[in-house]
Amino acid sequence: MESLTLLVLVLDSTLRLSAPLILAALAGLFSERAGIIDIGLEGKMLGAAFAAAATAALTGSPWAGLAAGIAASVLLALVHGYACITHRGNQVVSGVALNILVSGLSAVLGVAWFAEGGRTPQLPGEARFLPLEWPGADALRDVPGLGALYGELLSGHNLIVYIAFLAVPAAAFVLYRTRFGLRLRAAGENPESADTAGIAVSGLRYRALLCTGVACGLAGTYLSLAQSAGFIRDMSAGKGFIALAALIFGKWKPVPAMFACLLFGFLEAVAIRLQGAEVPGVGEVPVQFVQALPYVLTVVLLAGFIGRAIPPRALGVPYVKER
Amino acid sequence: MTATATGPAAGLPRWAVIGLLPVLNLLTAFAVSGLVVLLIGEDPWRVVRILVWGAFGFEEAIGYTLFYATNFIFTGLAVAVAFHCGLFNIGGEGQAYVGGLGVALVCLHLDFLPFALIVPAAMAGAALFGAAWAFVPAFLQAYRGSHVVITTIMFNFIAAALMVYLLVNVMSEPGSVQPETRPFAAHARLPFVHEILAAAGIRVAASPLNLSFVWALLCCAFVWLFIWHTRAGYRLRTVGFSPPAARYGGISPPRQVLIAMLVSGALAGCMSLNELMGVQHRLLLEFSAGYGFAGIAVALMGRGHPVGILLASLLFGALYQGGAELSFEIPRITRDMVVVIQGLVILFAGALEYLFVPALRLALTRRHGA
Repeated sequence: MESLTLLVLVLDSTLRLSAPLILAALAGLFSERAGIIDIGLEGKMLGAAFAAAATAALTGSPWAGLAAGIAASVLLALVHGYACITHRGNQVVSGVALNILVSGLSAVLGVAWFAEGGRTPQLPGEARFLPLEWPGADALRDVPGLGALYGELLSGHNLIVYIAFLAVPAAAFVLYRTRFGLRLRAAGENPESADTAGIAVSGLRYRALLCTGVACGLAGTYLSLAQSAGFIRDMSAGKGFIALAALIFGKWKPVPAMFACLLFGFLEAVAIRLQGAEVPGVGEVPVQFVQALPYVLTVVLLAGFIGRAIPPRALGVPYVKER
Repeated sequence: MTATATGPAAGLPRWAVIGLLPVLNLLTAFAVSGLVVLLIGEDPWRVVRILVWGAFGFEEAIGYTLFYATNFIFTGLAVAVAFHCGLFNIGGEGQAYVGGLGVALVCLHLDFLPFALIVPAAMAGAALFGAAWAFVPAFLQAYRGSHVVITTIMFNFIAAALMVYLLVNVMSEPGSVQPETRPFAAHARLPFVHEILAAAGIRVAASPLNLSFVWALLCCAFVWLFIWHTRAGYRLRTVGFSPPAARYGGISPPRQVLIAMLVSGALAGCMSLNELMGVQHRLLLEFSAGYGFAGIAVALMGRGHPVGILLASLLFGALYQGGAELSFEIPRITRDMVVVIQGLVILFAGALEYLFVPALRLALTRRHGA
């Protein structure tokens, strides 16, 4: 019973920790399957987190915060598009630039506007996305097994967690079952043929980046309005890069990417649990090992030792229409 | 970068591409930074005055500016060398961090050596450890086809975890809760420039500027020689231009990728000499924070040439030092303003490099036509 409760607790925090990763990985999915490298997931998340927290602090509404978060992230995605699609700039350079810019800008604006050392004011409950209790969760709590499963695991998360998990089948549907998705994949694999078939590659890539912006905006808003009660500087803390790793680990496919996010979220949850704890037979496991594991696993995968991750063929290549 | 501008800047004279375009890009980045200052509600001109005064206004400031520039020279050269081979090394951050481990191991465990031996040993340690941290991503890029950008990002995070582990659990001073090593012995430190000058009878204000500045300048010269005046450098650039052409010419691209990344990692590693052996005199957490990424801005602005990198490093060093003074004078503007400027410089000088090409082409051809 003891170990079951522990398992449920770890799985519960796994869901909460993977939600932003899933949204960010799906964001990366749209961009990269359309042929645009997105190193800037981290920056977009951070920008959205700041915009959402600042707006929620001023208006007191989480919905206004969400709108601002998404708007900030979409704006950054469009700047990325302007540099990479319109001006055919280096996509990695643009992503790095946006990451650095947002990291500095959120701190500068935070200090200047709120004068709390880069934080935004602590948000009250009604300005955040709070856990939603499912009907009957309380009544079932004491039923063994089911109570833990329904009451702890399924119920009691905030709205964005549910959106994140619903977004996976939605993204898969859009990508594989709609005309837009087919064209998007074509633009990422073979833009010349897409162009020959009468598809405007640039316009398509811009639309893909819009999707990226929205998903990343949700992920960032989650950080500052759901997971925490406000913005802390550099609060994305590498999550954008973990999401990128998960995207690669999931071989640029929505469902595998979600499982990779769950794995990485699980590792994070375990790392938090393991802090200073003795594991029987092993002794104290250094938390840093668990923290580094997502990155190590991704490198091992990229090395081709456990399956092969093949990126979209035209990834990172700017498309020149007239030849 | 070529004799007649090709690529997106085709049709423009060389002087415009080398001289005019970077200046325009830089001015745009500064102008947008000015907008940010306006947004905060401060006076951009006042900010510029404080920045310039804070960076060059007094002796100590110049020392600090050159000290920061030293870091940028190393990480900028690192990015540039990889660039010449067509590689994007964003792992400078991690390579500099692990390079610091090399410096610390030498300075802590080989401190029975005299000063004259421990300095080269520490230099070798920094370069070797930095290069070693670049080796795996380099090998995977060269022989397994995995993209160096992604693997170096992953290695930055792995380096961060590794160093926290080592500093907390292994290398910290016994009985201390600080995640840092014991201080280096007095002869395992690089002399400050003001000390050297004082010994020669010249008095200047004390600053953290130390001997590694000279090493940074030498590295500029070495990189220039290596890239443009050796066969190895020629092979490296050939692969950067066109791997198929290189292969046709009998050059093995994977080997060049490996060499470029190892040199790049070694240069990034040397950054830790300046911070650790020069100033901190111990190994501590996150001493390389931000410099590795800033190296990208430096290399882009310097267009991959050591002279350009030197100038760009001076600019960024001045921004860093001026930014520190700025946050004293106007507390509402923190030092992060410098990070904003850095990001904008990378955006406009790097990703939007050719933003002004159409306008320039129009302006220049019209004048020629008249």
